[in-house]
Amino acid sequence: MSDRLLDLSVTDGRLALAAAGSWTADRAGELERLVETAVRRARGVSAVEIRMGGVERLDTFGAWLLERLVRTLRTDGRTAAVLDLPERWRALVDVAHAVNRTPIPRRRFNPLADALARLGETVVGLVRDLLLIVQMFGELTVVALRTALRPWTFRFTSTVHHLDRVGWRAVPVILLMTFLIGCIIAQQGLFHFRRFGVETYVVDMVGILVLREIGVLMVAIMVAGRSGSAYTAELGSMKMREETDALRTMGFDPLEVLVLPRVVALVIALPALTFVGSMAALYGAGLVAWLYGGMSPDIFLSRLHDAISIDDFAVGMIKAPFMALVIGAVASVEGLEVKGSTESLGLHTTASVVKSIFLMIGLDGLFAMFFATIGM
Amino acid sequence: MLAPGNELVIGVRDLVSGFGDTTVLDGVSLDVTRGEILGCVGASGIGKSVLLRTIVGLLPRRSGRITVFGEDPARLGARARRALERRWGVLFQQGALFSSLTALQNVQFPMREHLSLSRRLMDEVAVAKLEMVGLDASVCDKIPSELSGGMIKRVALARALALDPEIVFLDEPTAGLDPIGAAEFDTLIKTLQQTLGLTVFMVTHDLDSLHAVCDRIAVLADRRVITVGPMSAMLASDHPWIRSYFRGVRSRVGEPVRVA
Ligand SMILES: Nc1ncnc2c1ncn2[C@@H]1O[C@H](COP(=O)(O)OP(=O)(O)OP(=O)(O)O)[C@@H](O)[C@H]1O
Ligand SMILES: [Mg+2]
Repeated sequence: MSDRLLDLSVTDGRLALAAAGSWTADRAGELERLVETAVRRARGVSAVEIRMGGVERLDTFGAWLLERLVRTLRTDGRTAAVLDLPERWRALVDVAHAVNRTPIPRRRFNPLADALARLGETVVGLVRDLLLIVQMFGELTVVALRTALRPWTFRFTSTVHHLDRVGWRAVPVILLMTFLIGCIIAQQGLFHFRRFGVETYVVDMVGILVLREIGVLMVAIMVAGRSGSAYTAELGSMKMREETDALRTMGFDPLEVLVLPRVVALVIALPALTFVGSMAALYGAGLVAWLYGGMSPDIFLSRLHDAISIDDFAVGMIKAPFMALVIGAVASVEGLEVKGSTESLGLHTTASVVKSIFLMIGLDGLFAMFFATIGM
Repeated sequence: MLAPGNELVIGVRDLVSGFGDTTVLDGVSLDVTRGEILGCVGASGIGKSVLLRTIVGLLPRRSGRITVFGEDPARLGARARRALERRWGVLFQQGALFSSLTALQNVQFPMREHLSLSRRLMDEVAVAKLEMVGLDASVCDKIPSELSGGMIKRVALARALALDPEIVFLDEPTAGLDPIGAAEFDTLIKTLQQTLGLTVFMVTHDLDSLHAVCDRIAVLADRRVITVGPMSAMLASDHPWIRSYFRGVRSRVGEPVRVA
C-alpha cells in the first residue's frame, strides 16, 4: 500500500494529482490536509486532473473529500477532471456528488446576548413555575372534589401502593435520621448551656425545636429527596414515552390516575412520619441527656411535660400535610414538564427537590408568623 | 476483491441464550460471509432482536460460540473490543438515539470517539450521511424528541453508518418508513454493499426489502435457525410457516418486485 495518498505535480499549467492508497475514515484527517494543499496549489493553474486509478480503498469519507476537492476547484474557476475512477466506486462518488448542497443551518450565538437571554428566561421561568404550582393546586382541588363526588373512581389500590412506598418504607431511614438529630441537638445544648449552669433548659429547647420545627422540616426534606424526586422521575419518563398521552386518549385524566393517588399518599404519610420522627428525636435527646448529661429519664420526662404544650405538637402536625402538598404539587408539575430528552428528565428531577425544599422553608416561615400572631 | 466471497465474517455455533428460566434461542447456528446481505426473519417475539444483541455482545449467552472477524466479541479485552466496535455499526429497533444530542451530534458521536477529524470534515460527512439516508440538512439541529418515527430510524441508520463500518447490524431498518423511503433505503444498502463491500445482518419483516437486497435469508423458528437460503429457496420451501410468510396474501408473489 502506498503511503502517499495524494501526489501533486505541475506540468505546463496543469496540476496533476495522483491519488493512491486507502481513502478511508482512518486516514481522512491526513487526506483533508492534502486536499487543502492541492486546492492552494491549484491557484496558479487553470486545469486540474485527478487520477484515481491508484486508490486501493475508498469509503464515504474519501468519496466526500474527492467531491469537496472537485467542488472547490470548480467554484474557484478551475477545470477539474476525475480520471481513471474504478467502476466499482462510481455509485459511491455519485452519492457524494449529491450531498451537502445546502449549508448546514446553525444557530449563531453571541455570548453576551445569550447570558442576558438566559437571565431573562430564568426570571420568566420562576414566575411561570410559581403560576404552574398554583395551577396544579387548583387542578388537584378540582380533581379531588370530583373524586369526592364519585368516590368509586378513586384509585384506592394505587394509593395504598404509594403509601407503602413513601410512608412505610421510609420509616427506618426517618427514624435513624431524626434520632441522630435529636442526639446532636441535645449534646450541643448540654455542652453550651452547661457554661451558664442551665442544663435543664436543654429539654425545653429540644422539645420546642423538635416538635414545632425540626421534626416536620427534616422529615419533609427527607421525603422531598426520597419521594418527590421519584415522583418527578416516574411522571417524567411516562411523559417521555407518551404514556400520559396514551392515558388521555383512553379518556383518563393523568392527574386523576397518576397524580392524585401519589399526592394523597404523601398527605397521609408525611404527618405520620413527622410524628414518628419527632418521637425518635425526643428519644435520642433523652438518651443523650441521660448518658452524656447525667439527667435521669424521669427528670427529662417531667421537665418535658412542663416545657411543652399540646400547641407545640399541633403546630408541627398542622404543617405536615401542607408540606406534603407542596412536595406533591412541585413533583407533579416538574414531572409533567419533562420534554423528550433524558437531560430534561434529570434537570426536572433535580429542580423538583430543590424547589420543593425551598418552598417548604418559605412556607414554614409564613406558618411561624401566623402561629405567632394567633399566639400558638 | 469485494464480491461476496467465502470469508467468514460472522459465525454463530450452537448458541443458547435466554432470560431467567426462559430459553429464547436454543442451538442457533448461522454464518455470514463478507459482502453478504443476510436477512433474518421470524415471528414477532421469536428472538431476532435477542440474536442480534447476543452477537454484538450486549446479552450474555448460556453456551455456544460466536465469532466476528474471527474473534469472540465477549472475550475481547477493552482495547480489542473498541477496535472491533470501530468496524461495525448497530441500528437498534427503537433507534436508541442519544436523546440530549441533536441529530447531527448523534451521527458525529462515533466519529468524535474513534477518529480525529477537523470539525468541518465531521460536519460535512455527518450531513452527507444524513442526506444519504434521505434526510435533509434541516433536521441537523433537532433533538430526537422533535423528530418523527421514520426520521428517528433514518438518523439511527446514519449513525450506524457513521464510520463506514464493515458490518452493519440492522434491527428492522425499514419499519416505520414509507414505501418510497424504504425503497431508497434498499438502494442505499445495495450501493454500500457494492462499493464498500459492506456486510449486512438485517432483521426485517419487509418482504420487499427481502426480495430486493437480501442475498440470503435466515428463518428463525422453534428457537433455532430452521433454514438459510436465497429467496428462491424460501419460495420453494414447503415448511408451513415459511410458506405462509413468503407466499401469504401480503407477499404479492408474481407481481413485479421493487428493484434496487
Ligand atoms: N429483557 C428481556 N427480559 C426478558 N425477556 C425478554 C427480554 N427481551 C426480550 N425478551 C423475550 O425474548 C423473546 C424474543 O424477543 P425479541 O425482542 O428478540 O423478539 P423479536 O423476534 O425481535 O420480535 P419483533 O419482531 O417483534 O421485534 C420474547 O419472547 C421476549 O419476551
Ligand atoms: Mg425485535
